[in-house]
Amino acid sequence: MSASAVPGRLTWRFADVVGVSPETPRVKTISFDVPGWPGHRAGQHVDVRLTADDGYQAQRSYSIGSAPDGARLELTVVRIDDGEVSPYLAGELRPGDQIELRGPVGGYFVWEPSDGGPLLLVAGGSGVVPLMAMIRLRAALGSDVDTRLLFSSRTWDDVIYRDELERLQGDGLSVVHTLTGAQPPGWTGYARRVDAAMLAEVGPGPAQRPRVYVCGPTPFVEAVASALVHVGHEPSLIKTERFGPTGG
Amino acid sequence: MDALMLDGNAVAGLLQQVFGGDLTTAIGTCGSCGASGPVGAMLLFQGAGGVLRCPHCHAALIKIVSDDTRVWIGFPGLRALQLAITA
Repeated sequence: MSASAVPGRLTWRFADVVGVSPETPRVKTISFDVPGWPGHRAGQHVDVRLTADDGYQAQRSYSIGSAPDGARLELTVVRIDDGEVSPYLAGELRPGDQIELRGPVGGYFVWEPSDGGPLLLVAGGSGVVPLMAMIRLRAALGSDVDTRLLFSSRTWDDVIYRDELERLQGDGLSVVHTLTGAQPPGWTGYARRVDAAMLAEVGPGPAQRPRVYVCGPTPFVEAVASALVHVGHEPSLIKTERFGPTGG
Repeated sequence: MDALMLDGNAVAGLLQQVFGGDLTTAIGTCGSCGASGPVGAMLLFQGAGGVLRCPHCHAALIKIVSDDTRVWIGFPGLRALQLAITA
């Protein structure tokens, strides 16, 4: 248990929006300053609560995408057009606004630098967000832990954190994309759903006993988790986090 | 598989609010099949409330129902829950 994130009874805190930046046409990253924030670990999430004028409240969980950084944290939110919370977070929030959040929560889907590697990170769409916190923490520490990110997106324009991932490659990090919807002209990479053959090619293989983190929509996580076991990865080294269609 | 299925990570905040610490790393033992694993890896089925099921045999381990002011938590299928004690 990290000393900077001792869990205790959760309290709702006000978070000040300090920045909003687009990632893809449907995805935005919102930066918050959270007075009193106890710090977080890579992979944890927060609960966000919105209260309407009539007192109605809606609550959702969002993974933290930023590496631990004092009172600062970043959420990356996909706008679900008929959702209750995401259209507001990804559409309406401006610097200077406040929202309520509590956390950090969840100690299971977490990577600590002391856990070491190698790491196999498998992301479906916005499932990359908690994995990005791990990648950013690794980079911030100058770690050269062997890390492979296998990242499934619909199209090249839907790839969240695309430029930053390009920049971070090297020093033991390799990023492999698969585009399941449409591919740009001349695309030579994977163009199908993640399967056992792809996982075996991307590696590291079971013999290297990588710690595996899988995050994405439920059908994605189910398919990847069974493919990983099929390839021979030990189930106890595979950690999964699912998000659902109700996440909006 | 149910597309609405999530996992124990999704109720981490609620459980931490109730128990005062992270429960997703606690190890639950299934009373039906005997498998042990972290609460974060249990399968969450949501309807009027939430049911955490064993990822191996799908037995209902923990049931959670809440309204604005109260939460009811039952442990219909959990044989044991192992938690780390922090100093």
